Amino acid sequence: MAGHAVQTAPLVELALRMGDNCLILGHRNSEWCGHSPALEEDIALANMALDLIGQTQLWLGLAAEAEGRGRSADDLAYLRDVPAFRNLLLVEQPNGDFGRTIMRQFLFDSWHLPMLRALQGASDERVAEIAEKASKEVAYHLERSGDLVIRLGDGTEESHRRMQAALDLLWSYAGEMFAGDARDAEIAAAGLAPEPDSLRPVWRSHVEAVLAEATLAVPQNDYAQKGGKSGRHSEHLGFILAEMQFLQRAYPGAAW
Amino acid sequence: MYAQLVKTDAARLRTLDEMDPQERAFQERIDAGEKIEPKEWMPEGYRKTLVRQISQHAHSEIVGQLPEGNWITRAPTLERKAILLAKVQDEAGHGLYLYCAAETLGISRDEMYAQLHSGKAKYSSIFNYPTLSWADIGAIGWLVDGAAIMNQVPLQRCSYGPYARAMVRICKEESFHQRQGFHIMSVLAKGSDAQKAMAQDALDRWWWPSLMMFGPSDDASVHSAQSMAWNIKQDSNDALRQKFVDQTVPQARFLGLTVPDPDLAWNEEKGGFDFGQPDWDEFYAVIAGNGPCNRERLQARKDAWDEGAWFREGLSAHARKKADRRMAQAA
Amino acid sequence: MSSEWPLWEVFIRGQHGLNHRHVGSLHAPDAEMAIHHARDVYTRRNEGVSIWVVRSADIVASAPSKKGPLFDPANSKVYRHPTFFDIPDEVGHM
Repeated sequence: MAGHAVQTAPLVELALRMGDNCLILGHRNSEWCGHSPALEEDIALANMALDLIGQTQLWLGLAAEAEGRGRSADDLAYLRDVPAFRNLLLVEQPNGDFGRTIMRQFLFDSWHLPMLRALQGASDERVAEIAEKASKEVAYHLERSGDLVIRLGDGTEESHRRMQAALDLLWSYAGEMFAGDARDAEIAAAGLAPEPDSLRPVWRSHVEAVLAEATLAVPQNDYAQKGGKSGRHSEHLGFILAEMQFLQRAYPGAAW
Repeated sequence: MYAQLVKTDAARLRTLDEMDPQERAFQERIDAGEKIEPKEWMPEGYRKTLVRQISQHAHSEIVGQLPEGNWITRAPTLERKAILLAKVQDEAGHGLYLYCAAETLGISRDEMYAQLHSGKAKYSSIFNYPTLSWADIGAIGWLVDGAAIMNQVPLQRCSYGPYARAMVRICKEESFHQRQGFHIMSVLAKGSDAQKAMAQDALDRWWWPSLMMFGPSDDASVHSAQSMAWNIKQDSNDALRQKFVDQTVPQARFLGLTVPDPDLAWNEEKGGFDFGQPDWDEFYAVIAGNGPCNRERLQARKDAWDEGAWFREGLSAHARKKADRRMAQAA
Repeated sequence: MSSEWPLWEVFIRGQHGLNHRHVGSLHAPDAEMAIHHARDVYTRRNEGVSIWVVRSADIVASAPSKKGPLFDPANSKVYRHPTFFDIPDEVGHM
C-alpha cells in the first residue's frame, strides 16, 4: 500500500498535497489539547485543528476517489508510509513553545488562504467546492494567527524574543510553499492550481505587513529547505506517523 | 460526579427556628425553589461550599482533558480523531463555564488554579487512572460521562443561578459524549477477538473507579445534609450509584461484556441490582495523591500554566500598549 | 507580575433574529480578543451570527430584589449532536 512508486494523476497529487498539509498540521495542533497557556486558547486551537481534520477528510476523500484504487481517505491517512506523504516540511515541524506553534500557523495560513482562493477557480468542480468551504475556515485562521503574531511580537520583551526566534527558525521552511516542481507544473497545466511561485508576492506582502506591525525583523536568509512535497521529509514525520497510525498498523483490517 | 467529598463547614443541620431572620429568609427562598443570584445576600458557608464544589467540578473538567487527550493523536480513523478532539475540547469549555460561575462568588480563576496547583483543591479521583488502550476512550465516555451525567442533570435545577445555568449548557453539550463512548465500545465488542478483549479489559479497569466517582456512602454525612438543604446537591451518593448500576449493567450485557463484580445480582424486591462495594481504601489513597497518575496529571497542568505565563503576559502587555496609544491619540 | 486577563460577558444573537442573549463569560486581554474567544468558545455548535462583549466590570446591575462569516465551520461538525450516534433501541435511553 505504500504507493509511492506509482506516478499519480495531477488531480490526485494536488489533493494529496493539500490533504496531507491539513492532516499533519491538524495533528500537530491537536497535540496542544489540554496543555495550552489559557483555556480560551485551548479551545481556539482545537477549533482550528478540527477544521483542518475536516478539510483532510475532504481532500483525501477526493484523492482516494480520483485515484480509483478502492482506497478510502482513512486508508490514505493511516496506511501510507513517509515517502508517500506530500505535506510541506513546515507543517511537520515540532510545536515548540506556543509562540512557535502560532508562528508556524501564521506562515502557513498566509499561503493557505490565497491558495484556496485560487483553487476556487480550478478546472475541477470538486476542487473548487472544497476550496470554497475551506477558505471560509482558513480566513478565520489567518485573522487569528496574524493577530496573535502582532500581539506577541509587540508584547513584552520576552514574547518578542520568543516570536523572533520562532520566525528565524521556521523561515527556512516557508520557501517550499513557492518552489514549484515538475508535478506542480502538471497540476498548473491541467488548470487545477496556480504555479506555486505566483502566490509568493501576495504572501510576502501580507507577511511583511504583519511582521512590521509585530515589530519583528524579516529574516535575511532566504535559503529554502525543500522535499516534503515530493516525499522527502524531515525526521519528524516518521514519529508523527508512528503515533498516528499505531492502531491501524497493530490491528490490520479492524473496524473502529 | 466530578465533585466528591465537598465539605460545608456545618457542624450540624440547623432548623429554621434556630436561624437569624436573614438566614431564615434565605433558606425559605431556597425551600420555595427560588434561585440565588451573585450579588444577593448568602450565608458565608453557602458561598464557601459552592466555591469548593464548583471549582472542584471545574478542575475535574480540565484535568479530565488529559487522560482522553492522550489518545487524540492515536485515534484510529479521521472521524474518531475529530470526535474525540471535539469532546476533549468541550471539557475545556465546561471547565471555563464552571470557573466563570465560581468567579461570581468572589474568587478569581487564577486563585482557583493556584489552589489546584498547590494540591489544596481536589478534582475527581477518576482522572488519576491511566488510559492504556483505545477501548479506554470508549469506557470513559460510556461509564465516566454516564456517571457524571447522573449528577449534572439534577444540578441544572440547583439553587445558585450561575451554577445552574452553566449546568444547563454543559448538559446540552455533553449529551453526545456518553453516546460516542458507547458507540466505540459497541464497535469493539462486535470486532475481532483482540478488540473484544480490549473492550472487556477497559470495563474491568474502569468499572470500580466509576462507582467510586459517586463518593462513599453519605447517608450519615452532615455535609451532604447541609448541601441538600441548600439545594446544591439533590441525591445521596448511594442513590446515584444505584441508579448508575441499574442503568449500566443492561448496557454492558447488551455489549456482551461482563461487569467485574461477583456480587452483582438482580434484586426483584427492590427493583434494582445488588452489587459489591468498591475498594474504599484505594479511593482514599487516590484522593490523598497516591493514584497511578496523580503526579503526572498535576504536573501537566502546572507545566501548561507555568510555560504559558510569557504568552499570557505578552498579550496583556500588548493590550496595555494599545490602550495607551489610543489614549495618546485621543488627547 | 500578576496579569490575569479581565473577565468579559458574552452576548450572542442567534439565527432567528432574536435579541442578543447573555450566554456566559470568558477571560481575554482586550475587547478584540474577547470577540475572537467568544466566537471560539460560545459558537462551537453554530449558535450565533452576532457577538457582543462587555467588560464584566462595566456592567451596571439593578440592586438585587428581595423577591423576586464566522459561523459556517460548525455546520460540518455533526458529531457534536447526540443524534449522530445510533444507539440500538434495546439499550434504552442514553
